[in-house]
Amino acid sequence: MSLAIKGLRFAYGTNVVFDRLDAAPFNRGEMTALVGPNGVGKSSLFRMIAGHLKPLEGAVSLDGVNISTLPDRQRAERVFLLSQHTAMRAALAVFDVVLLAKRGWQGGKASDSDVRQVEETLDLLGIEHLSDRLITELSGGQQQLVALCQALVRDPQVLLLDEPTSALDLRRQLEVLSLVQKITIERKIITIAALHDLSLACRFADRFMLISRDGVVADGHPEQVLRNDMTGRAYGVRIEIERNAKGNLFVHAELAS
Amino acid sequence: MDQTVTVRAGDRYRQRMMRKTLFVTGAFVLLAVAICVDVGVGPGFFTPIEVLTALFSPGSVEPKLAIIVWDVRLPVAVMAVLIGAMLGVAGAQMQTILHNPLADPFTLGVSSAASFGAALAIALGIGLWPAGGTFFIAFNAFVFALGTSLVLFMFTRMRGVTVETFVLVGIALFFTFNALLAFIQYQSSEAQLQQIIFWMMGSLARASWTKIAICASLLLLLVPLCWARNSMMTALAMGDDRAASLGVPVQRLRLEMLASISLLAATATAFVGTIGFVGLVGPHIARMFVGEDQRYFIPVSAAAGAAILSVASTLSKAITPGVIYPIGIITALVGVPFFLSLVLSIRRETWR
Repeated sequence: MSLAIKGLRFAYGTNVVFDRLDAAPFNRGEMTALVGPNGVGKSSLFRMIAGHLKPLEGAVSLDGVNISTLPDRQRAERVFLLSQHTAMRAALAVFDVVLLAKRGWQGGKASDSDVRQVEETLDLLGIEHLSDRLITELSGGQQQLVALCQALVRDPQVLLLDEPTSALDLRRQLEVLSLVQKITIERKIITIAALHDLSLACRFADRFMLISRDGVVADGHPEQVLRNDMTGRAYGVRIEIERNAKGNLFVHAELAS
Repeated sequence: MDQTVTVRAGDRYRQRMMRKTLFVTGAFVLLAVAICVDVGVGPGFFTPIEVLTALFSPGSVEPKLAIIVWDVRLPVAVMAVLIGAMLGVAGAQMQTILHNPLADPFTLGVSSAASFGAALAIALGIGLWPAGGTFFIAFNAFVFALGTSLVLFMFTRMRGVTVETFVLVGIALFFTFNALLAFIQYQSSEAQLQQIIFWMMGSLARASWTKIAICASLLLLLVPLCWARNSMMTALAMGDDRAASLGVPVQRLRLEMLASISLLAATATAFVGTIGFVGLVGPHIARMFVGEDQRYFIPVSAAAGAAILSVASTLSKAITPGVIYPIGIITALVGVPFFLSLVLSIRRETWR
């Protein structure tokens, strides 16, 4: 029971993004960090897993079911993609937006349990006090927290987070990632997050998947991937790893001359 | 303020929804008042009570009053309200599907196409309506307005259903039809030119119960269809990616709404000419008061558009006794100061 990616081929016009991309299965209760330099197709891969883009060849399947063959609604119940651009410009209140994510787009009145779950999710991320504010009045970081609320309240089986902490302060980054880690284990879901801060990523992720122009170039335990020569080469930097007294890894990067 | 701290987010949400429902109700009550005033004003002023009596028991008032109210003034007043509502709804939908608060029902070239169709009928006598008569010009305008949407649909097949495709093709159509219109105007006689220009100014004088029935049935047909999609449209307001993540078929929804907008805008333009401003500002007023939750956004946009046209219709008769100015002129003249004062008095940052 897992998510499998097999033989993905994708191109924007003549610009080939993936040529037969394969990945080891993603297991439930595991959090994977998707890492790699800018522009190698991390967001495109996410959009294919979420079914927003169709691969030219190959398939993404969840528990043996090809995702792109599922009807929009069923797919959206199982997979949720939190896109990189979390800024919203609609005149909608925070609570309304999260409730909308909870209810999908079925019409009618929100049930009591829906409303309660939205309250709880807002509490989890500590933004209950913002619930009546309009999205447009919030800061970039606060908008990102609202987007995370939308992701968590959906309760998907596969949670895809495209740079979920890019606008957050230090404390919020730690809070959000440990919350995501906890939920991944508790709800036994598959979480894949694109992260640029490798030190932060290796504290929370169970697995690193590094992609570059040549597809998946390293995949496995975070430390193992970081110690792999391919990682530095993919980014074009020299990487040094240090372990502090608490046992956390730190990643130093220097420009490769 | 201890109380507000203990109220949970969900309860605050429910209170907000309650307030919005009240607001919608209030907006429609105000609209009813505006209609009564509109019917009362003109050569020979009637009080709202006289108007109401004539409306609800025509037998109990003087025949003259009943005729003036029912046959002369009510068609115009009802037409103003229906056209205002149609343009308000179409504008709200257009702003949502294009993610742009500066869009209006005519953004994609509908008005210039309609004007071209009308000019074709007026100046060259080329009509698509077989019978001639009252619908001769209107039908031309309608067909050309709807034709622009068909061209748009064709382009989306080639380039995908994106906002950019819509706007670019819309602009191209706008300039094409404006040039064609100018071409006809250049070649037509003075009398024809005058008629074309008057047509384009927009007038409610062409109101009739038949046209009212057509407009009303169109609204009755489209409003429930749009209502069924209101959550999807609210999701779309958050952006294409967000909506797609919730399983909204973004492209199909955009095309469905385009069809609805085209029908509304084409019908409105065909019957009363080009009345700008209402479709742009109605939704803005709604956004300021109730936000973009479509369950409230659409009804308030409709009510605001209807109210603006209703007040404009009243003023077009009241400014110079005995003269009825084209409503297209009055709408903007009266609407702009009102709208600007609203913008300045409400501080909430709901602009995109």
